[in-house]
Amino acid sequence: MSHSSLHTERLGERLGALAAPNDVFALSGELGAGKTVLARGIAAGLGIEPAEITSPTFIILREHGGGRLPFFHLDLYRLEGADLTNTGWEEALDAGGVTVIEWPDRAGDALPDDRVDVRLEHIADTKRRVVFAATGPRSRHLVQELRTSVVGA
Amino acid sequence: MRILAIETSCDETGVAVVEDGRRIRANVVASQLVHQDTGGIVPEVAAREHLRAIDALTEQALRDAGRGLKEIDAVAATVGPGLIGCLLVGANYARGLALAAGLPFVGVNHLEGHVYANWLYEVAGGEPPADPPPEPQIPAVVLIVSGAHSDLVLMEGHRRFRPLGRTIDDAAGEAFDKVARLLGLGFPGGPLVERAAKDGDPNAFPLPRAVLADRYDFSFSGLKTAVLRRVRELEAKGPVPVADVAASFQKAITEILAEKTARAAAEHAVETVLLGGGVAANLALRAEIAKRIGHPLRVPPPRLCTDNGAMIGAAAFFVLRHRGTEMPVAVRSDMKLA
Repeated sequence: MSHSSLHTERLGERLGALAAPNDVFALSGELGAGKTVLARGIAAGLGIEPAEITSPTFIILREHGGGRLPFFHLDLYRLEGADLTNTGWEEALDAGGVTVIEWPDRAGDALPDDRVDVRLEHIADTKRRVVFAATGPRSRHLVQELRTSVVGA
Repeated sequence: MRILAIETSCDETGVAVVEDGRRIRANVVASQLVHQDTGGIVPEVAAREHLRAIDALTEQALRDAGRGLKEIDAVAATVGPGLIGCLLVGANYARGLALAAGLPFVGVNHLEGHVYANWLYEVAGGEPPADPPPEPQIPAVVLIVSGAHSDLVLMEGHRRFRPLGRTIDDAAGEAFDKVARLLGLGFPGGPLVERAAKDGDPNAFPLPRAVLADRYDFSFSGLKTAVLRRVRELEAKGPVPVADVAASFQKAITEILAEKTARAAAEHAVETVLLGGGVAANLALRAEIAKRIGHPLRVPPPRLCTDNGAMIGAAAFFVLRHRGTEMPVAVRSDMKLA
């Protein structure tokens, strides 16, 4: 449970600190659930200046350097109902960086097999439930590490 | 100096012929209606559409201007910020044209284009007006607001820009787009929300304004979320009063933008306040800013607020005249104004 946007950002920081090359985080939740806030935290955990992270909705993909690993911030919000097969966004996924995908439902089954699915749910004005789900061996390991880092071994 | 200018940073293909950074001899824009089906922009589709349109539009611009390539002095194109594939189409086409014609190529920052749109005027029937509008007085405070940008900038001189503030989350136009979608109004959101707001009560629903005290930065994410929550509440009770929600949202966002712009103008010794970008076409925003400042306000006509080639032609002229600052040539999706 996150009790503020600062709290959500701190959670992201832990994820960013644990992330390895080619890790993918798929963030879902409705408008205002805190997806970009969590993405900002992940960037901070990679050592990227968090103020650099703004919504990439308009340009779809923003690439951030200057951290421990390259950070690819994808937002598929605008691509609803579009044919994604030839949009080129998949290239970011195996470029050796850490990728965050907002609105991953737009991608359907084009998402990578092994990823961390993060679901942000609005509970109250400053309260969000954040649910992590792993879809493969690497992401399972990552979620386990996160759990250890948050609640202790 | 006569410049052929090309703009392809997003989903409008624009080609223009502009003289001395001010007189529009031709300005043709093709909007990519194809995206209205998807309610958004698909980058690779947009790039292909630019490629399809650019040759015919360039011919048409030269024809409208009544000039051949031999009577052009330079070829300019947007090199950033924007969608990388789209930028590449326009910039490489312009570079190729310049090379073939033996003309200089000028790379233009799209944001400078929005600023210099304020220098432009139309030439009706081929003859320049006897009394062209005066150039905007600088220094100026400039607010650039569009689907991708919300930047408050101090223009200290030609091509000397000092960033004062920007959005820390969503762009202003993006907030309009998202609220429009929430209200089922369609895409693009700016003009549709403005139209819906005309019949609404702007005081129907109080909405939060994020106060980033002592800073010129904007935040629209909280406002967007508040609108969403309010719409969900209203939906539970019955039909959503779309006009009232649109008017209340528009009032909140224009007040946020106007308050910071007016404060920046008051705190810096400037002559003028300039607006640019698609959201600057919003009449409520213009009125709210005009009400709060003691300075002359300049806003381009609506068709020069949205993306177009003429603004790139205007900015290119000032790039060539004021070479003191760096002239970008390689395309970059995340270029800033500085």
